[in-house]
Parts: sequence; structure tokens; C-alpha cells
Amino acid sequence: MAGVGGGNDFQWCFSQVKGAIDEDVAEADIISTVEFNYSGDLLATGDKGGRVVIFQREQESKNRPLSRGEYNVYSTFQSHEPEFDYLKSLEIEEKINKIRWLPQQNAAHFLLSTNDKTIKLWKISERDKRAEGYNLKDEDGRLRDPFRITSLRVPVLMPMDLMVEASPRRIFANAHTYHINSISVNSDHETYLSADDLRINLWHLEITDRSFNIVDIKPANMEELTEVITAAECHPHQCNVFVYSSSKGTIRLCDMRASALCDRHSKFFEEPEDPSSRSFFSEIISSISDVKFSHSGRYMMTRDYLSVKVWDLNMENRPVETYQVHEYLRSKLCSLYENDCIFDKFECCWNGSDSAIMTGSYNNFFRMFDRNTRRDITLEASRENSKPRAILKPRKVCTGGKRKKDEISVDSLDFNKKILHTAWHPKENVIAVAATNNLYIFQDKIN
Amino acid sequence: MSSENQESEAPLEFGEEKQQDSQEKDANPVKSEEAKLKAKYPNLGQKPGGSDFLMKRLQKGQKYFDSGDYNMAKAKMKSKQLPVAGQEKGLVTGDHIPTPQDLPQRKSSLVTSKLAG
Repeated sequence: MAGVGGGNDFQWCFSQVKGAIDEDVAEADIISTVEFNYSGDLLATGDKGGRVVIFQREQESKNRPLSRGEYNVYSTFQSHEPEFDYLKSLEIEEKINKIRWLPQQNAAHFLLSTNDKTIKLWKISERDKRAEGYNLKDEDGRLRDPFRITSLRVPVLMPMDLMVEASPRRIFANAHTYHINSISVNSDHETYLSADDLRINLWHLEITDRSFNIVDIKPANMEELTEVITAAECHPHQCNVFVYSSSKGTIRLCDMRASALCDRHSKFFEEPEDPSSRSFFSEIISSISDVKFSHSGRYMMTRDYLSVKVWDLNMENRPVETYQVHEYLRSKLCSLYENDCIFDKFECCWNGSDSAIMTGSYNNFFRMFDRNTRRDITLEASRENSKPRAILKPRKVCTGGKRKKDEISVDSLDFNKKILHTAWHPKENVIAVAATNNLYIFQDKIN
Repeated sequence: MSSENQESEAPLEFGEEKQQDSQEKDANPVKSEEAKLKAKYPNLGQKPGGSDFLMKRLQKGQKYFDSGDYNMAKAKMKSKQLPVAGQEKGLVTGDHIPTPQDLPQRKSSLVTSKLAG
């Protein structure tokens, strides 16, 4: 249960921070995706350098029963490497756009990671035993001369130091002409979808040499292109339903039972725009950068440049809730357009019970909204508040006039410090916030 | 600030005025921002947020190289300066011939992530 207001019984505390402190951030170290697995015991990050780092939560210790387990490095591997498509003169970045975990079915863990063009299924498994006493080779691996062997023995399994291995089990390639922005595992645990700017494909996790195209919005004449797909997600319970959002601020819900090609939506979600407020910026800031179903499957949340909206799947003509993330930026749109910040793609996430939502902003601020109490809070991910279990102080941006103490003015915000990726533990009040090259983990204070 | 999406519950006359006021307030900062932008870039796209952005987005990563042009450009460069297309990110067109100096240095990322350090 999450309360986000500062009062009552709930406060967020610093828990851990991962990553280097140096001022000069290498491009490769910029975190590009953060995702908890279904149990919350594993936390995966992907970066622009194509690397994946997985953290595992330590078991709670008996000595300090009230302190939550820490996340420590479990495995790290190079998922994608830079490529060049010579046929199309296209540089393919190794940046990991998304990581999605598969539900756990056996001792191993599986995740999908994708860059702009290729999706990979990785198996992460533990090895803590090793066979010893082979007949045909020595302990150090050298082959023995079979003619010298005079007796046979049965190898035995001996314990060894835990080794975590990551191996690519499937590579799903060559299905996307445009840049992949989303992947989503279906509730049937057998299929998943991948979406690029103009098309969405459905894959079977076992089959890499073909995929079904289920949405294609490419116009016959590219001059007529007016919108692109910005995000897509499978419904958490109904394996026939998925949604995709567009650069025009609309969401389409599709039912795969209706037809093989879901170009005709089943539901179309759009908030009517006030024509008098239309400006050059209208379409750009209405572009949806992320769409996420609630855990219940009843609602979905969309993030556009300035707000987060919660939609009831049963009502298409407007969202049921709208939360302003950083409305003060409305008077800065010109400069945000010039420095390209207006195109930043912020993500959003639900807490486990769907009672709260979180999204990032600039200056390493992130925002949380409690849907029940309607309270909201702005917090900051910074090394200054990084003493263990230090309570995070709410931050406030002052929009004009007198700036109170502890407030920060809009003009002082650092637009290079953007929090685009955040994740909420599926069951507990533990959150992971990616601030450029650092990963912060915060948790609630137990009073 | 969080708000529920319901505007029109108030009685009509009062509601209308209120709505107009808030519209003006809302529209003003954005309209003045738009004016600023148009003043700086008078030739900026006729269609707001239209195909230009989308095309740029779809073409991300495209790098064109013609060895003939490149060698001609190198020869030309000895006599006069060529226009440099520094502003257009990714859209390499016109007279600009990419040279090895223009390309961003690709550092190999086969180094362990600092998050795992």
C-alpha cells in the first residue's frame, strides 16, 4: 500500500545508488531501461552501450529484520553490439531500448532485451555444482590418453562457488524496418509483441524465423505519413488484447480475435482537444511516450510531455484522471524545442496495487501521484541525499515571483538531468530510478 | 497539481466565463512561446509537428557515403572550404560530404558497466 504524501505514515528513504560518481559521463553508461522481474527479486538495467546489469535482492538478514534486502550485482553481460547495415547505410545502435522479464517457470530466469532492430531472449542460470572425476580428462581439462586408463570411475557432483551465466537462447532479427520502441510479453507466456514506428509484430518465443505482422500503419505514400507508433503493450490478463499509442496522443486497443491484421482498432482513446489552445507545440507535446496497463487490467496510463493520464478501458472519449507532471514547462516550450528536450520520452509506472503512479522529470526530479488521496510529491535523486535510510525531502519548483527557501526556480532546472526511466517493485514500496548513469533505489521508511 | 477531468458541472454562464479565463491563461504562455519560436525561425514548417519530425525520426541512423563524392570533396577542400552541416543531426544532405573527422568516435563498449563495479 503506497501513500505518497509526506504526512501520515509514509516517507521515502534512500537505500542504494549504483554507478560512477564522475562528472564526465560516457555515453555508453547512460541507463536506457530499468525493469523489475515478476517477484521483484531481480532488477535489470540496460544501457546505451548495449550492456545489461541484473541486480538481485539479498535475503533479509535475521540481525536486522526491519531493513529491506539490498540489491547487489547478480549478472552482467553484453546484450547487443553496434552494427552497420550496409545495404541501407544504416547505423544500428547497441542501446538497449527495453528489457522485459518472462514469468519464471523453472530455476533459470529469462528476459527479452531489444535494441532498435533485434530482440534477444537471454537465459540467466546459476551453476553451483561441478562434476569432478571424469575418466577422459584431468581436473584441469587436459585430455587423458585413453590407453592409459586402467580403471573407471563415476564422476560426482561437487559444490562450487556460485556462477551466474547469461546465454542468448533466441535471436529475433530482421523483422523490423523501423526502430523498435516496445516489446511486451503476452499473458499466455508463449508469445510477445514488438513494435516499431510503423508496425507491430507478434512472435512466438520458440520461433525466430518468422513473426506475424499484426499492425501496419505505413501509408502507401510516405508523404501522407501523419503519425507513428510510440509504444505498445499486451493486456496483463487477456491474451488477445493489446494497445498501442501514437505521436498524435491517441491510443488504439486491438483484439487479435477480430482479424489477423489489427489495422482496425476495437477501441480508440482520444481526449478531445480544445481548438482555441492549439499551437505549434500541441501535437508534439501530446505525443505519448509510454503506455502501461494497470496490474488489474482495468485501466491504462499514458505519459505525454507534460502530464500523465489514467484511462478506464471502458471509456474512450477522455481519461478518468489527469496529473500534471511539470506544468511550469509550458512557458518554456520554445527553448525546450530548440534544445530538443521537448522530444524526451519519459516513461511511467504503477505501483503493485495500482494506487499510485510514478514518472520522471528534469533536474533529477521524479513525481509520484496517489490516486486515492490525490496527493502528489516531487522527490530528487541526488548524491546529496544519499545517506543510508535518509528520508527524502519533498522538492518544489517555484514558477514566478518570490522564490521561497528550498524551492528551485524553473530557470535553474538542469535539463540535462532527466529521469526518463523508473520502476516500481511489483509488491513492495521499493522503487528504482535511473538518473543518467546512476541507478537509485529508494524504499519506504518503516515507522 | 492533479485534477479530475470534469469541467462542465457548473452552471452554464459562470462555467463558460471560467473556462474562457482559464483557456486564456493556458493559451497565453504557449502562444507567446510559439510567437518566440516563429520570430527566431520564420521558415519553420507550415504544418505544425507534421511530417518533418516524423521523417527525421524514421531516418535516424541513416548515413550516406559515396566514395566518389568523398574523394572529390577531399580534393576540393584543398582549395576552398565546404559548408559544414553541423546543425542537422543525422540528416546529411546537400553539399556536405561526411569525412572521417565528422563521424563521432565509436568507443568500444566491451567494458563492464560501471553499475556492476
